[in-house]
Amino acid sequence: MEFSFAFALEILPKLLRGAVVTIEATLVGFLLAILVGAGLTALRRGTPRLVSGVTRWVMEFLRSTPLLVKAYFLYFALPDFGLTMAPFVAGVVALGLHHGAFASEIMRAGLDSVPRSQREAAIALNLPEGAWRTRILIPQAARPVLPGFGNLFISMLKDTPVLYSISLAEMMFVANEIGSLQFRYNEAYIVVALIYLVFSLLGAVGVRLLERRMTLPGSRP
Amino acid sequence: MSATATDAPAVRFAAACKSFGDTRVLDRFDLDIPRGEKTVIIGPSGSGKSTLLRILMTLEGIESGRVEICGETLTDRFDGVERAPRGRGRLRKIRGHVGMVFQQFNLFPHMSALENVACGPRLSLRRSRVEAEAEAEALLRRVGLGDKLGSYPLQLSGGQQQRVAIARAMALRPEVMLFDEVTSALDPELIGEVLAVMRELASETSLTMLVVTHQMGVARALADRVCFLENGRLVEQGPPEQVLDAPENPRTREFLHALNLA
Repeated sequence: MEFSFAFALEILPKLLRGAVVTIEATLVGFLLAILVGAGLTALRRGTPRLVSGVTRWVMEFLRSTPLLVKAYFLYFALPDFGLTMAPFVAGVVALGLHHGAFASEIMRAGLDSVPRSQREAAIALNLPEGAWRTRILIPQAARPVLPGFGNLFISMLKDTPVLYSISLAEMMFVANEIGSLQFRYNEAYIVVALIYLVFSLLGAVGVRLLERRMTLPGSRP
Repeated sequence: MSATATDAPAVRFAAACKSFGDTRVLDRFDLDIPRGEKTVIIGPSGSGKSTLLRILMTLEGIESGRVEICGETLTDRFDGVERAPRGRGRLRKIRGHVGMVFQQFNLFPHMSALENVACGPRLSLRRSRVEAEAEAEALLRRVGLGDKLGSYPLQLSGGQQQRVAIARAMALRPEVMLFDEVTSALDPELIGEVLAVMRELASETSLTMLVVTHQMGVARALADRVCFLENGRLVEQGPPEQVLDAPENPRTREFLHALNLA
């Protein structure tokens, strides 16, 4: 089996069109994951024991079930209950729920990293609860959370091929199509792998830059 | 109501009790501090000095007894941090009377010196940014940091950070200022600049100051009255020259003696 650069170049535009869907699914899924994560975190820190207890179980469930099962359930089983979703919608919801639980873990670690003395300073300044949260707690929790979110983003990117199985026309879908039509899988898969690699590296660089921008003035790297 | 509120002492502890686990930190503790008085509290570590201040800032509750600030009562179980929102309006009203400076400064590291000082007026009193920052700038000049407005806490020395913290607390114009070991985390050569700022504040006759320290120089420089605390009880109190130079109680003498040897 040989690798044909000419063929690889020929299929590249098609694969890149699939890559756009991959990126879209990753971005929307990531935003959903952040929202789900924020919701779970808020509920888990809520005062009623019952609420935080139930939330913990929900998180455990979301974390311990495979992404593929979630995607299948949303896409193939929910229509039985009268809820039909396009592959893209079902896919990003699955991604958001699956990674939302992880996002919540990361957020919790970030919030816990803000020392209690900051809370006391806010009380001594008589800050309202809302101002404490939005101006003091969350801005300080955001810094340590960044690398975790970067990793989450990259692992979501790499999870998107799962959505091929619910017929979302993302990059892997396109590669398989090319393969089955032309009986050449070799180039398609290698190019897909390389595109993923490039995206992951770009993501990592982006996170690095963001981290540098958010470094506290005066702190040593 | 206004008559009693202005006649009331700035701070009153009446038979206040507080424990951490099995340890009694305040044992039927009584203390009245008149408005405008500068009170310095000394005593061995674990004697309940810092807890006194933390109770007044509503960071800790008491188990029994009564605590008042400017005529308002913080009775019952009353822990500022975990308490249900029901009392929040009242909590914020009480906190409005009091400002506190901490041993470890507790500045907000993501805000510049100016933002640290302006954030109280902006966020708790809802002042405009321009107004709050103008006032913050004036306060920072007053504590000698007019050239550090844009600096972040991690770019400042301990003494500078503590002066920012004092300005930050003063920005809310509290009636009672609490200083919890504010010079203890500083290198000796930086104590002077913070003490100078505190002396300058002490010249404000209407401001009530409550200072916890184990540095006798600080006590001498500021105190109208010195209180010696041990095991949650007030052992001895009086003007500094009496308590620090001619203590009557043997426990006070022992404590001061041990400090001098150290």
